[in-house]
Amino acid sequence: MELVQRARQGDYRALARLITLVENEEPEAVEALQELYPYTGKAQVIGITGPPGSGKSTLTDKLVKELRRDNKKVAIVAVDPTSPFTGGAILGDRIRMSDLNLDEGVYIRSMGTRGSLGGLSAATSAVIKILDACNFEYIIIETVGVGQSEIDIVKMADTTLVVMVPGLGDDIQAIKAGILEIGDLFIVNKADRDGANRVVYELKMMLELKSEKSAWEPPVLMAISDQNIGIKEIADKIKEHFNYLVESNYLEIKRRDRLEKEILSIVSMKIYQQIVRKIKREGKLKEYLDALMKKELDPYKLVKQIFAEMKDN
Amino acid sequence: MSENRIRVLVAKPGLDGHDRGAKVIARALRDAGMEVIYTGLRQTPEQIVSAAIQEDVDVVAMSLLSGAHNHLFPRVVELLKKKNAEDVLVIGGGIIPEEDIPYLKEKGISEIFTPGTYTGSVVEYIRNNIKRKL
Repeated sequence: MELVQRARQGDYRALARLITLVENEEPEAVEALQELYPYTGKAQVIGITGPPGSGKSTLTDKLVKELRRDNKKVAIVAVDPTSPFTGGAILGDRIRMSDLNLDEGVYIRSMGTRGSLGGLSAATSAVIKILDACNFEYIIIETVGVGQSEIDIVKMADTTLVVMVPGLGDDIQAIKAGILEIGDLFIVNKADRDGANRVVYELKMMLELKSEKSAWEPPVLMAISDQNIGIKEIADKIKEHFNYLVESNYLEIKRRDRLEKEILSIVSMKIYQQIVRKIKREGKLKEYLDALMKKELDPYKLVKQIFAEMKDN
Repeated sequence: MSENRIRVLVAKPGLDGHDRGAKVIARALRDAGMEVIYTGLRQTPEQIVSAAIQEDVDVVAMSLLSGAHNHLFPRVVELLKKKNAEDVLVIGGGIIPEEDIPYLKEKGISEIFTPGTYTGSVVEYIRNNIKRKL
């Protein structure tokens, strides 16, 4: 595909078009992804998550500038929530990354969650593959740490950064279930604020108490991103983590695990789409709903019926 | 199943810091189901075009209140053309004197929306005038 070749040669317009094709699930998307797949597996995928207001975008901006010192190409995927009511979104992460706009070794793409369950994970995972195959050595996925799809995205990363800030009220209680488990690096940003030391201390304590320990002990780092303080240390730790993953063979284990989840997710989505299409095509939805409301049919029997009909076809 | 969404870059070229209008438009477009990439203040034409290309937007909507529209708006159109992105719809708003509008349209800005425009008109215009196939 011409678009694929141009994107791999560094044409950002072609790359951008490819990403759109995949996001919109156009028919050519599958062909493109198939062509790109052999070239994937080289990039370090870094996930950055944390509550709104923790300064993730500013941190990403400074971090990318630091990573760029080695002249490596960096791609950023910035995710923001789509309104479940209107389907629209304001994707504002670029605001903090204005300087990076003109760095030719940096590509930034804003994505909305677009609502559907698992829908984002499928698109983001494919977008990461596209970027990987187009020779970006670092791919950063920046998202807001609320809800479940963001945790899914972070599972796509080799290295996950959790960004916290002091003074969010209950600090540690604000840590959702799972955050402690997924973080490879914890960053207390805006560390010039009151309570920063306490957050660091409490985080370290809670990490100590974790039942499952691995050879990598997640460091807790302090930073003041808008003053560019602590950024180099974070970049160094990111590189250190990747080396650890490679040397311990854990990278391969993680990637196999990720592929497994991805296959199952794609399969289940395809089945779901087929069934919905079938129901809509047959136009029996109203009939089904009437029967359900009148208690002539129960949902479980209906589902069995639908599945049986699918098998027959 | 995914639906195609209209992607709009809302940008503020030049040096003025008045972003209320841009934000009002951004929210209206979001409420109309579009994905709005908002660049923030003080963007150069080069930054705007770079973002437009990377984000593969269908529309570039610029807001300017500093009077530099006759220079900056056409510059963005010119750069988009250079990057083979002529199929992006370019619209503008802000403090634009009526007498400048014909010149801007000649230079490739499809429509100008001055203060007091009903946000619904902007949404409508975009939906009816998108150049790229969705």
